[in-house]
Amino acid sequence: MADGTPAPAAEKPATPHGAILRPGYSFTTLTDKLASIALSRRTPTVWFVGAAVGFAGTMMLLSTITYLVFKGVGIFGVNVPVGWGFDILNFVWWIGIGHAGTLISAILLLLRQPWRNSINRFAEAMTIFAVSCAGLYPLLHTGRPWLDYWLVPYPNTMGMWPNFRSPLIWDVFAVSTYATVSLLFWYVGMIPDLATLRDRAKKLWAKILYGALAMGWRGSARHWQRYETATLLLAGLATPLVVSVHTVVSFDFAAGIIPGWHATIFPPYFVAGAIYAGFAMVLTLAIPLRKIYGLEDFITMKHLDNMAKILLATSLIVAYGYGVEAFMAYYSGNVYERYMMWNRMNGPYHYMYWALIFCNVIAPQALWFRKFRRNIPALFGMAMIVNVGMWLERYVIIVVSLSRDFLPSSWGMYHGTRFDWSMFLGTIGLFIALLFLFIRVLPMISIFEMRAILPEAKVREEEA
Amino acid sequence: MSGPLYGLMAEFEDPTALVEATRRAREEGFTKLDAYSPYPIEALTEALDIHDRKLPAVVLGGGVLGGIAGYALCYWCSVIQYPLNVGGKPFHSVPAFIVPTFETTILFAAFAAVLGMLGLNGLPMPYHPVFNSPRFALASRDRFFLCIEAKDPKFDHDETWAFLTKLSPRVVMDVEE
Repeated sequence: MADGTPAPAAEKPATPHGAILRPGYSFTTLTDKLASIALSRRTPTVWFVGAAVGFAGTMMLLSTITYLVFKGVGIFGVNVPVGWGFDILNFVWWIGIGHAGTLISAILLLLRQPWRNSINRFAEAMTIFAVSCAGLYPLLHTGRPWLDYWLVPYPNTMGMWPNFRSPLIWDVFAVSTYATVSLLFWYVGMIPDLATLRDRAKKLWAKILYGALAMGWRGSARHWQRYETATLLLAGLATPLVVSVHTVVSFDFAAGIIPGWHATIFPPYFVAGAIYAGFAMVLTLAIPLRKIYGLEDFITMKHLDNMAKILLATSLIVAYGYGVEAFMAYYSGNVYERYMMWNRMNGPYHYMYWALIFCNVIAPQALWFRKFRRNIPALFGMAMIVNVGMWLERYVIIVVSLSRDFLPSSWGMYHGTRFDWSMFLGTIGLFIALLFLFIRVLPMISIFEMRAILPEAKVREEEA
Repeated sequence: MSGPLYGLMAEFEDPTALVEATRRAREEGFTKLDAYSPYPIEALTEALDIHDRKLPAVVLGGGVLGGIAGYALCYWCSVIQYPLNVGGKPFHSVPAFIVPTFETTILFAAFAAVLGMLGLNGLPMPYHPVFNSPRFALASRDRFFLCIEAKDPKFDHDETWAFLTKLSPRVVMDVEE
């Protein structure tokens, strides 16, 4: 195998139980297979279908944004008392999804989990695309998006500066830092693979594109040493950053006095929820991708199993969060807090609450069973349930809390309008479109990190 | 041979051979040499005796600068330039300032890590002589290269060639400047 001949299909050894890579790959076959996805292999028909869906969604998003800028935020369902609706809900939902990418690329790197090597690249891409979708909401919800630069502290003729005591300006700092650092981490992680694509490219435009992006990377040992140091330090920086981002997002609520928001459990509970939602999205993407591109050799059952276990663990943390919310509402003895909980369970939105409990607490218990975790369609279904469940969680926290606060005379109902929905579906379209573009032109599995986990990558000490 | 010589390059098929060859070359007394591999090899760092501690210092500097800048921004805006009474909170609200300070610390440190790594590595570098060797494209795929540069004081074309050949490489080649 060392001379680079790929294993003929007939004698393809099966992936043993618990392996993170099918045996039989060499540096050569691994590189060629992974690089060919972006370079030479015929684009699968499913790609065109997916990209078309994503493109249609993006067009819907653009039409919605155009109409929004033209008419104003009145086209959304927000009004007194529910002044925060789909916009902040979807913002939190998307930001949360992004967190799994950073967790996989940074925290699992620090914990030396080699199984992450085949899923980190597209999980990081997912982070960046999810944050891009998330960022659209607060920017457009300001009502006058052409004045969004007012959010940033800059010397201006009005002599005004942002209020640094507000969680909303913390959000600006946290989310923009998160987006920037994720992008840096993603790009730096890709440099050696871009060099591979540059060296393997046959078309001129590909040589120029990948050549420019690879910046002249040549795999020198001195470069690798600094590269490894930089990656480790970035991972060490991204780890507290990712925890801080959803903590700050939760401050948007926890610093308010609305019953159902004003809770100290929010930061850890939001971070766990973010990781939970993010792993569900990684599974949602990984399961079809490995099928379409025949990547079962690299994204094995072991990966799916590990991710399912993380899903189960974080679902238990989230369930604990729900329990604490209910208990604190009771234990506080505060009539408004108690009513908030009663209203969630029995009020006009009770179906949302119970659907959320089903999606995030009851359904994931199936993941205790190995048989379920190894059933790919079932796992995909579970990931979809969790995606919905985490959306419902934010709906319950944001909309249900706001709809009935202190004074019954100010209560009111909220429902998203068709523009709320077209904007939400539009960002899903944008996410899909960006993702499909990414898998077409960039290496979606980290090639050099996969080389490093091959058995032949080990330096035999007794000989050397 | 047409252009001036950059050095001699030996190609190996597996990481163990490259690490062994690098060690032997250093024992032989060569100092201007570099090894190229398709993925990071820790033993190679040791074999080349690379002790570069600059990058962590750069990142620390970036972080400290970011922290100071972030806090100074909060302080300058909220206390000096635009003191605003919000719910009777003090102008100098330390706990509230921690959040932007933390974020700018991470931001500056991350930029320092990326730009520092690229800068110390001399990237982006549009031209480098090693790419003149047509076989070098394999360094990003499945081959391992050791290059001894012509400016090494011990370098002598024929002797070095003979030395590299002794290391049982796949091939030894001239690299033009």
